[in-house]
Amino acid sequence: MDLRYSAEEEELRRSLRAWLAGVLRGLPQKPRPDDWDARRRYDMGWQRLLYEAGYGGVDWPKDAGGRGSSPVEQLVFLEELQRARAPGVGVGFVGLLHAGPTIIAEGSAAQRARYLQPILAGEEVWCQGFSEPDAGSDLAALKTRAVRDGDDYVVSGQKIWTSHAQVADLCELLVRTGTEGSRHRGITWLVMPMDAPGVEVRPLRTIAGSSEFSELFLDEVRIPVANRVGAENDGWRVAMVTFAFERGTAFVAELLESMELMRLLAASAKESGIWDDPCLRQRLGSLAAELDALWALTRRNVSEASRSGVPGIGGSVFKLAFSELRQSMADLWMDIEGRSALVWGEPADMWVNSLSRTIAAGTSQVQRNILAERVLGLPKEPSTRTLEG
Amino acid sequence: MDFELSEDEGALARALRSICANRFPLESLRSRELQPDTVDRESWRELAEAGVFSLRTSEDGGGLGLGAAAVSVVFEELGRALVPGPLVASELAASIIGMTGGTEGNAGSPLPAGGPLPAGGPLPAGGLLAGQVRAGVALVGQIHLGDSWERAGGSFPGSGRGRDGILVEHLASLDALVVVSERCLQVVDPRVVDAEPVDRSLDPLTPLWRVARLPEGEEVGGPEHSRRWRSEEVLLGAALCVGVAAATLDMAVAYAMQRRQFGRPVGSFQAVKHICADMLVRVEESRCALHAAALAIDQPGVGDPVRSVAGAALLATRAALACSKACIQVHGGMGFTWEIPAHLYLARSRVLASAMPGAGELEEVVASRL
Ligand SMILES: Cc1cc2nc3c(=O)[nH]c(=O)nc-3n(C[C@H](O)[C@H](O)[C@H](O)COP(=O)(O)OP(=O)(O)OC[C@H]3O[C@@H](n4cnc5c(N)ncnc54)[C@H](O)[C@@H]3O)c2cc1C
Repeated sequence: MDLRYSAEEEELRRSLRAWLAGVLRGLPQKPRPDDWDARRRYDMGWQRLLYEAGYGGVDWPKDAGGRGSSPVEQLVFLEELQRARAPGVGVGFVGLLHAGPTIIAEGSAAQRARYLQPILAGEEVWCQGFSEPDAGSDLAALKTRAVRDGDDYVVSGQKIWTSHAQVADLCELLVRTGTEGSRHRGITWLVMPMDAPGVEVRPLRTIAGSSEFSELFLDEVRIPVANRVGAENDGWRVAMVTFAFERGTAFVAELLESMELMRLLAASAKESGIWDDPCLRQRLGSLAAELDALWALTRRNVSEASRSGVPGIGGSVFKLAFSELRQSMADLWMDIEGRSALVWGEPADMWVNSLSRTIAAGTSQVQRNILAERVLGLPKEPSTRTLEG
Repeated sequence: MDFELSEDEGALARALRSICANRFPLESLRSRELQPDTVDRESWRELAEAGVFSLRTSEDGGGLGLGAAAVSVVFEELGRALVPGPLVASELAASIIGMTGGTEGNAGSPLPAGGPLPAGGPLPAGGLLAGQVRAGVALVGQIHLGDSWERAGGSFPGSGRGRDGILVEHLASLDALVVVSERCLQVVDPRVVDAEPVDRSLDPLTPLWRVARLPEGEEVGGPEHSRRWRSEEVLLGAALCVGVAAATLDMAVAYAMQRRQFGRPVGSFQAVKHICADMLVRVEESRCALHAAALAIDQPGVGDPVRSVAGAALLATRAALACSKACIQVHGGMGFTWEIPAHLYLARSRVLASAMPGAGELEEVVASRL
């Protein structure tokens, strides 16, 4: 075990720092959260800058247009970005962390050539059309139907909770190609252009009052068979590749941001006198200790991924712990602010939004089942066993 | 000893529940989201007719002459129905300031009694009791619950003043503003208060105003009245919290029953059952603590009111916050939409909690009475 970075890793850090110091000065104003066009421009503009400097896909393989860096170098990259308060991936999330990696792993040569570069260059935004009204935790129950007609699939159905759909160009879409009831064995992974006729996006309002996600209504949307990634009916496995990435280093930026927030809270508590309240002070200490531990866990996960090439179980442990920790942090921030927190602002926004963390990308209940069943090998609950076969 | 609700108390709760269902159905409340005035005078008068603002005023004074227990039963219902408006302050203004006689139930209680206030002050008792006068509150500085309690080193964040000056709820709907400070109770005309509306408040049904400086008002009570106000404000806030927690428990259970995943109701999964069972524990515990605290005020000798009010407030705020959060969790992605009212309960819990002393302070109060 060794927590020191190598000379090359430190070299990457130095050059990143120098580059960031220059580029961040010229950045435009951060857009308002409800100005979606501006958000897209801002996030894609930042991705473009990264791309031009050779940081477009630090962890993507070289033959996919990336830098081919090791997971540790990726960590250094994320650390430096956060330290410099650089913008996050924003609406580039699905492209860079889900759809892109899936196409790298499972796409044909033509698909890799078509889709990967525009993601890295900040030209195309992706969204994820997996969940449906009746298929949330039970994703294998999805019903959106795709029927083969010549060189096309004709797709009809409904998706829900599709984040950033209103600014997306492309959608990674899971559809039913098998028989009704074929569950995991009858699902196919398609690339759907969002401007195809028959696609309707209806934004949904979140509890924070914004429209981060939408409903997608699909009415006989024609999607070329060439847009299928992986074999017909093999989409479940293809989608699971995506999930493996989702639980790797996806939360590093937010973890570091959380650690920074703890420092800010401590500083502002000292200033306002709240620091004298032993209860709040102890809660700060307790949360900071847990964040430190999650930072340690992240470095363990990254080391494991460096050695073996795949993220281990640590990713699921991290997701579960971090989701709940973010909520406790937000609770603490609200308590520190007291009455002021009733005015909508950063603490309220974080507090309300933190509630999605134990729901999105697998609820905490489902995460616990995964840890208990797949990691610890405990017997499955009867209800899911009968269905998953 | 019979700690069950009496027949009258049960009838009161049922009556309130039916008035809330008729007058404040969720759909009509929701049509007032993010509006400056969330409750119309007609509905307010109807609450008054049901006795909401006259419960504790003596029968001689035109009230019902009931005790804290009855008020806590009623306020649980108001919390459950998410009724907006300056409920607590209007009730307290009627029973503490508007009163022409002392509270009967309070005699001999270790809580500061305050004693009778002169009639004909700036707050007409009749108007308050009839729901014609709506009173709000601004808390200035800190008023500690325990009279004998010395803070265990250091200060606790004041409940009234935030970074933004004093935040007053529902100002546009008020006919009177009661300013509560350690030294006295004052009544201020809300129309002369220099206040700035807050763009957006966390709770869409609790509009807020920022007040940098409050004008001097007419003094209507001394330090004892302030302390009494604060204790009862905490008790009534706890009752609203219990109602909020109970409502979210019902919502969560109903959804767990109806929502199907993996071919069965999600409520059949132990993970979901356990969330609901834990909510039930919080609701039951905090409700019992609330009623015991109310009786400690009504019935001298049955308990330490300071300790039990602080304890009930601690459990009730915790229950409201935890249950409204759990309710969203049980609803999954649906819980994260504006459309589902779960977030209104979440926001209301925060509003109620922020009007209370912090958890740390409440814990210290309880500990200091051991
Ligand atoms: C902010 C946000 C963004 C999202 N973005 C996207 C997106 O871009 N694309 C996309 O496809 N989806 C997205 N989702 C959807 C998300 O993946 C689902 O909400 C999630 O999988 C839960 O499904 P559900 O909402 O249907 O809840 P349900 O599955 O109905 O769950 C309801 C409750 O039952 C529990 N439960 C369900 N099954 C079990 C079980 N087997 N054992 C124990 N407990 C169980 C859950 O934990 C939960 O408490 C997003 C969700 C949110 C909140």
